[in-house]
Amino acid sequence: MSPNSTGNRLFDRPLRELGRALLFLFTAISRMRFSRLQVAETLRQVYFAGVRSLVIIVTCGFFVGLVLTLQTYDTLTRFGAGDAVSTVLALSLFRELGPVLTALLFAGRAGTSITAEIGLMRATEQLDALDLMAIDPMERIVQPRLIAGLIAVPALVLIFNVTAIVGGVFFAVFLMGNDPVTFWSNMQASVELGRDFLGGMVKAVAFGFLAAWLAVWFGWSARPTSEGVALATTQTVIATAITVLILDFVLSAFML
Amino acid sequence: MKSSHQIELTAGLFLLLAIAALIFLAMQATDRGVASGPTYEVSASFSNVGGLKPRAKVSMGGVTVGMVERITLDPDTFDARVVMRISERFDNLPEDTSASILTAGILGDQYVGLEPGGSPESLRDGDTIMITNSAVVLEQLIGRYLFNTDGDEQ
Amino acid sequence: MTHTEAAIELRNVTVELGGRTILENLDLVIPAGKVTAVMGPSGAGKTTVLRLITGQIRPDSGEVRVGDTRVDQLSGKALNRFRREIGVLLQNGALFTDLTCFDNVALPLREHTELPETLIRRLVLLKLQMVGLRGAAGLYPRELSGGMNRRVATARAMALDPSIMLYDEPFAGLDPISLGVSLRLIRDINHALGITSIVITHDVDEVAHLADQCAIIADRQLMASGSPAELADSDNPLVRQFMQGLPDGPVPFHYPADDLAADLLAAEKQQ
Repeated sequence: MSPNSTGNRLFDRPLRELGRALLFLFTAISRMRFSRLQVAETLRQVYFAGVRSLVIIVTCGFFVGLVLTLQTYDTLTRFGAGDAVSTVLALSLFRELGPVLTALLFAGRAGTSITAEIGLMRATEQLDALDLMAIDPMERIVQPRLIAGLIAVPALVLIFNVTAIVGGVFFAVFLMGNDPVTFWSNMQASVELGRDFLGGMVKAVAFGFLAAWLAVWFGWSARPTSEGVALATTQTVIATAITVLILDFVLSAFML
Repeated sequence: MKSSHQIELTAGLFLLLAIAALIFLAMQATDRGVASGPTYEVSASFSNVGGLKPRAKVSMGGVTVGMVERITLDPDTFDARVVMRISERFDNLPEDTSASILTAGILGDQYVGLEPGGSPESLRDGDTIMITNSAVVLEQLIGRYLFNTDGDEQ
Repeated sequence: MTHTEAAIELRNVTVELGGRTILENLDLVIPAGKVTAVMGPSGAGKTTVLRLITGQIRPDSGEVRVGDTRVDQLSGKALNRFRREIGVLLQNGALFTDLTCFDNVALPLREHTELPETLIRRLVLLKLQMVGLRGAAGLYPRELSGGMNRRVATARAMALDPSIMLYDEPFAGLDPISLGVSLRLIRDINHALGITSIVITHDVDEVAHLADQCAIIADRQLMASGSPAELADSDNPLVRQFMQGLPDGPVPFHYPADDLAADLLAAEKQQ
């Protein structure tokens, strides 16, 4: 190590880790190949990452919509603005809550299992075995999972948003007896397709990429022991949570 | 363990579900705006537009008929020039329609309100609305009120 | 020493990993068409030898030759082409846990050949028949014992008909029956197909039954080589300790430490 880096011990290790993670990502992207086998494997990973996260996404989405409507409705009616509840619900869902919460839930459900899977492959020499069979593990293991994350997270965000709105409708219309026409028309009047909805989807794609990258990276770089894999799964959740929230702030600042 | 065939099928269904969600949200929950269909442009000059912003609503009788495209300052008259996009569906607005800058509620957004006139001719693309009412600026109102009270006392 | 053609040659090889010298100026010749056992105490660098031959690591100096190929100079596509010529059985088989035994064995065929699925099926079943596990084709690795896992992995390593087979600790943790099966399998494969086999192990008794040739690596060097019988009669104290499994000798029983009495007294003083 160069002499001036010894002064920055605190940053030295995280920076090198970041550098290695970036290099890993570039290698994975540079070796992308799209054969029939690859597409089939990617679809399989969409199943593992996406379909298996559906239950948690739908459940959480419904209750987030429910409680968000409950709270804002209570506050807004004090100002006589109860009708605005659907606006608040849709805007906060599309712009922030949908992408962010989905990414966090994805990291907890699918991210950890990707990390554990790859970490165990490392520990049980499956990655070495691929290498020795002249099959590139970057191509066969890493690439399908990266792309699957990129596809699954936006898909899950869409489903999360729909179920959350259903939760909102359930509370505002069925429990509180608001007029459904007002509910929908207020929502439509205040949500812009481009800025609010598509902006949120841009976030969803970015978060999906980030979550999949971190999950794959921590699995890949895990120490090949039980403790190493356990630590790596924890790191995946923590790192995804922190970086998603930071990236969310940056993207929001750019979009507004 | 599911067979790979079933897994691919389920993954496909999952993506279909997501596309259905996309369509639902795009159709049901968002404002594709009046600007989504064919539109035509009209402009109007105001001495003051207050807090009017691009993308603000343009409405007639409470119905949204278009939106504000851009707001510029006329270099000669120093008036604010508001260019609006009106949906082709409302292509029979009378030529002598008047435009005012209004506020939705006390704290609401500002928007352009159109009042129809009586002319048989209709507004066309690129036309200018001649009769306009500028935004009511709260500070000016208060100032005028204070000035008037002042005058009464003297 | 026999005078057969050398299949693999390591010349003057030095390997340093993480600042530690694993091998120093090692010379090793592995004859073609025979079973060679590479033995040595744990941590002596046996697995490093295997990784040198497969090109997973490069020596810091020296040459690694397999046939006419300089493995230490290969990379990228050339390395991948070379690896199709060798079969490796890793320590615990390293089967892919989300694939059935059949798909595990079929993977290298599907990946590297354009064969039609019917032919692949036939080849896979033949390979599984060879290791006696054709009946387990539809099972997942977790449904089989450790020994069976390794046999399936052997079939997978043999899928592309390699000319060299490498076995990393194939006997570790096997029960006596599985061990007997593995021994016979390695011998049969070697004799029936006339390929070169290298077995990394520290099980001395098994080696006596199996190997034509032994190489003992200890202390970063080639300590001794020869047939199992020659090594058993060796005068070298370390070879004797290793071959006879004596607890103490040149490889000490105790980790280097201060004098015991002094250590105990020091502990008492602290209290």
